[in-house]
Amino acid sequence: MASDTLTSSARTDAEITGLDALEIAGRDKDVSRGTRLWAATWPKLAALAIAIAAWQLVVLSGWKPPYSLPGPLEVGRELMAQAQSPQLWDGLVTTLRRAALGYVFSVAVGLLLGLAVARSTVLRAAIGSMITALQTMPSIAWFPLAILLFELSEKAIFFVVVLGAAPSIANGVISGVDYVPPLLLRAGRNLGARGLNLYRYVIAPAALPAIVAGLKQGWAFSWRSLMAGELLVVGISQTSLGAQLTYSRELSDAPWLLSTMIVILVVGLVVDAAFGAADKAIRRRWGVLDQAGQ
Amino acid sequence: MTSTTTTPRSATTAVALSGVTKVYGRGSSAVLALDGVSLDVAPGEFVCLVGASGCGKSTLLNLVAGLDRVSGGQITLAGDVNPGLMFQEPALFPWLTVDANVEVPLKLRRLPRAQRRERVAELLRTVHLGDFGRKRPHELSGGMRQRVALARTLALDTPVLLMDEPFGALDAMTRDILHDELERIWSERQLSVLFVTHNVREAARLADRIILLSSRPGRIIYSTEVTIPRPRRIDSPEVAAIAAEVTERLRTEVGRHGQ
Repeated sequence: MASDTLTSSARTDAEITGLDALEIAGRDKDVSRGTRLWAATWPKLAALAIAIAAWQLVVLSGWKPPYSLPGPLEVGRELMAQAQSPQLWDGLVTTLRRAALGYVFSVAVGLLLGLAVARSTVLRAAIGSMITALQTMPSIAWFPLAILLFELSEKAIFFVVVLGAAPSIANGVISGVDYVPPLLLRAGRNLGARGLNLYRYVIAPAALPAIVAGLKQGWAFSWRSLMAGELLVVGISQTSLGAQLTYSRELSDAPWLLSTMIVILVVGLVVDAAFGAADKAIRRRWGVLDQAGQ
Repeated sequence: MTSTTTTPRSATTAVALSGVTKVYGRGSSAVLALDGVSLDVAPGEFVCLVGASGCGKSTLLNLVAGLDRVSGGQITLAGDVNPGLMFQEPALFPWLTVDANVEVPLKLRRLPRAQRRERVAELLRTVHLGDFGRKRPHELSGGMRQRVALARTLALDTPVLLMDEPFGALDAMTRDILHDELERIWSERQLSVLFVTHNVREAARLADRIILLSSRPGRIIYSTEVTIPRPRRIDSPEVAAIAAEVTERLRTEVGRHGQ
């Protein structure tokens, strides 16, 4: 009997190992890093080349005179020249400092607000829909009020940036907490996670993808608000990117204007790519990433 | 059977339900989910709860697990233990590795790190997943995930295991093997198990005692001891005979609702 049990359990072991091997076979598809990088990069490069070619074509067609629409070569030369002068970098630093300050503050406000609304039914009834309403308000519509309140100052820009970004971030937190699978909550509670521990071990990590989506959207809003603010609130700092846009238009310096626009675009793209990478890393950990790795 | 001994109730009953009633909602829309369910699970006993849809099987487990409150009656767990609960889905945390999933209850009990690591390795070996600690849940098959969930529940070090159709979503082959696994772990660790299933054969394969619940409201209508010696096979004639008997009762009960 004893030996019988032994052999039967040894057999079970073999069966289990065999079944496991069969079931997860072929799940690991190893694609080399270089191949993956190239697959992600070449369509972008191709699209960029097409965009530049189209730009050049429009210029060649003579639709607008070259002093209002210069070609890519001229703008490229201007961009190189700008890159060697301190003006561009000073502007970039000023703008990024404002962006960082406004965004970090928005994150703090948005996270706290979102958590508070997600937790309290009274708060949710009171201001839940107001947060969404704030989100739909175009940030540029806040500027007249901001200028009345804070005059043409950094504070006015800060005010509008926070109003633009915080509601998106709060909404991300709220939907993240709302959509935590109830099953995971039950499992967490059964494993001994109550109160704050439930937040730490279950709710916060489960809500993370939605929170990151909110942070990403918040960034987009704060970047737009900031640019709008810098275009309107000129004069307090000559070098911000937005101010440079305004000046270049006033001076009818089209190459400067376009090269500044390119810098603004690139900053936006770089930050967006960082959020994209974070989002992708999370989805890969969660196993919700496509097999194709997209 | 305990009336003549002086041993405390806890020594002979791991889980005691007496007259447990559960009502959802109130007023005219109130639904009686469980109606006076009394049931004792002895230490080391494997009890299967069988019933058709709407018999409040899952409600009963939630109540015993303390995730919901009884409307009437009483549930007592010997030594006030916190029972482990398993679901039809593994309910693993997808953001954690297999190791880290099993570690969660140990962390929550504030075990020191070295001890945690040792326990996690031991538990994963118990469910034959010693080599898969670094994987994430989505990299495993359904049966493997359910074994991780079992290891995580065992990490609670609780003598009482509540299982809510844990193998319901698995294919027959995997389920067979997991029956063997669960039986081995149950007897090694002398667990008391309250196992909910709608699969009568599964109940006959695993249980010391099968309890049949009626539907709407859930009441115990039939109970039978299964004395077939272990290890059993799900396709053995003895198991089939018990299953046939319980199925017959279940059909009578379901038919009652069609009238």
